[in-house]
Amino acid sequence: MTDTAVSLQGVSKRFGEVVAVAGIDLDVADGEFFSLLGPSGCGKTTTLRMIAGFEFPTAGSIRIHGAEVGLEPPNRRPVNTVFQSYALFPHMTVAENVGFGLQMKRVASNDIGDRVTRALDMVQLGHRSEAKPSQLSGGQQQRVALARALVNEPEVLLLDEPLGALDLKLRQAMQVELKELQERVGITFIYVTHDQEEALTMSDRIGVMSAGKLLQVGEPENIYEHPTSRFVADFIGEINLLPATVIDSGTVALLGGHQVGASTGAEPGTEVTVAIRPERFELYDLDEAIPDGSNRIEGTVARRTYYGDVFYYDVDTPAGRIEAKEENRPGVEHYEHGERVIVVWHQSAMAVVKD
Amino acid sequence: MASVGDGGGEGLSEAPTQRDRDALERSAERADSKRGLLVALPAYAYLALFFAIPFAIVFVYSFATRSRTGRTVLEDWNFDSYARLGDPIVREIALRSLTLAVITTVICLLASYPFAYYIATRRPAIRNLLLVLVMIPFWSNFLVRTYAWRVLLGNSGPISQISQFFGGEEVRVLFTNTAVLIGLVYGYLPFMVLPLYAALERMDWNLVEAARDLYASGWTAFRRITLPLSMPGVVAGSILVFIPSLGAYVTPALLGGARTTLLGDYIVGQFLSARNWPYGSALSVTVMVVMLIAAIAYFRAGAKTA
Repeated sequence: MTDTAVSLQGVSKRFGEVVAVAGIDLDVADGEFFSLLGPSGCGKTTTLRMIAGFEFPTAGSIRIHGAEVGLEPPNRRPVNTVFQSYALFPHMTVAENVGFGLQMKRVASNDIGDRVTRALDMVQLGHRSEAKPSQLSGGQQQRVALARALVNEPEVLLLDEPLGALDLKLRQAMQVELKELQERVGITFIYVTHDQEEALTMSDRIGVMSAGKLLQVGEPENIYEHPTSRFVADFIGEINLLPATVIDSGTVALLGGHQVGASTGAEPGTEVTVAIRPERFELYDLDEAIPDGSNRIEGTVARRTYYGDVFYYDVDTPAGRIEAKEENRPGVEHYEHGERVIVVWHQSAMAVVKD
Repeated sequence: MASVGDGGGEGLSEAPTQRDRDALERSAERADSKRGLLVALPAYAYLALFFAIPFAIVFVYSFATRSRTGRTVLEDWNFDSYARLGDPIVREIALRSLTLAVITTVICLLASYPFAYYIATRRPAIRNLLLVLVMIPFWSNFLVRTYAWRVLLGNSGPISQISQFFGGEEVRVLFTNTAVLIGLVYGYLPFMVLPLYAALERMDWNLVEAARDLYASGWTAFRRITLPLSMPGVVAGSILVFIPSLGAYVTPALLGGARTTLLGDYIVGQFLSARNWPYGSALSVTVMVVMLIAAIAYFRAGAKTA
């Protein structure tokens, strides 16, 4: 059992009448890459800012390695932040920026020099130490911001959408780099993002936030495959959300009365939503044999969209329009607009959520 | 003076290989600078008419001779007026003016910085209200406001009365350097507040948070981040206060005493009562040159720290 790096208990933040964070409980383990994921205004940045010390919680406790820090100012917390805007000091050189924290901690000046050099080498910017931030590209500024935070060897590194200002190619490269860096230095990362792909590819665990609440915490696969709420299902990736009514513990009825197998703990008669990923559907001819134990519903192809590597099918069924995704590879049959098909999916590919 | 006309000055140094492209760029640049000149023309004309030409006349007069009757003779050009600048009386007056201008600038800076900081960190609506309050004094005439200080600071004025009411002494500040200082600080404070506000309003407060995140205390973050980044405002405000304070005429004339002559007074005296225009001109030219050099040096130093 690893130690807990950051522990939030009942943490809330109100700005006047506005509740930004509404009672969050969360434990982040030592050395974990943890992402807070949610749309803008969901409270994820406020949560991060409370851990950093830029905001004080209205209620609740924030502990870092067991020590209560909720009301400590940022300079007394063993955490460092990488800002979305990088917030590099424009009047200092790259080396002065990176050395600032060590200087404030009154580290001996030759130690500072060594550690700054090592930190800049780590982000491959050793040769730009005398440059001013304005002379660097966005990607380089990003690395300086990382080095400036990591050089202090914080107990927890907080990252506020650090890749948001970079273009797509660079962002993807930095995702890999960040993850590798985190594994190398072994520091706990808390990463705030609204980009589900970033969260899925980098994180050990993800916490999905909405309207100030932490809706679900889990490993990326768990969040993607087994969303526990309609919001999480909808927010992460593409998904079909079909209204349904619980018949019994093993069956739900879709719109139009079509009954399919689903494991649900809800009372019979409860209105629920069935969530299925497009790639979990398979399309069959009307006269084809269907694997045992699969759910099925008939429909008509309303549209086929070609994406190169995949086809998207919009299929009109009695339960509503279903979007299915099929890989474009030899042996997979393609259907045309207006064709009748059977949409097939396995029961385990289906999440039943309440609204 | 800003050269408004040379907007596209970077094109030439790129040395493109094709000659016609080179020529095209040059003619585009010419057209550009022509347009720029046209826009700047009214400003240039104004400066020429009301600054350059009068200054040239003053400059020429400073080498002229004063006749016995006080007329200025535009012949026998000489440096006599400049020779008189070494007089002890000039040194005394210059030093007094300089001291007063420096003290005025420092007081304005110390008083304005916290206030500008306060304004810049308010919500936009409150910010605008406070800025209007700063500028309200401009709505009435400077002379009138200075006369008001004569009443306020007078021996039987309200300040003196309040002091006496609480058992203090009669306040005798009018017609002293203190009164001049009060008048100057009062008059030039907005010129310090506004550039400081402009500099602080542009501040990226994320930088201060970053400094706090990197273990700086609030005071250290201010000293290492906010203050250096607001230096352009400090420099601009200081120059805007220092220069008019050094040459101030109205305030010392109304609030100062006979024994506290300042540069402005002294120069005016040469033109009006002593009728020594060449000497007055030489004084003016010297003050201007000194201020110009000081301003350039100060701007340079400010640009370096910022």
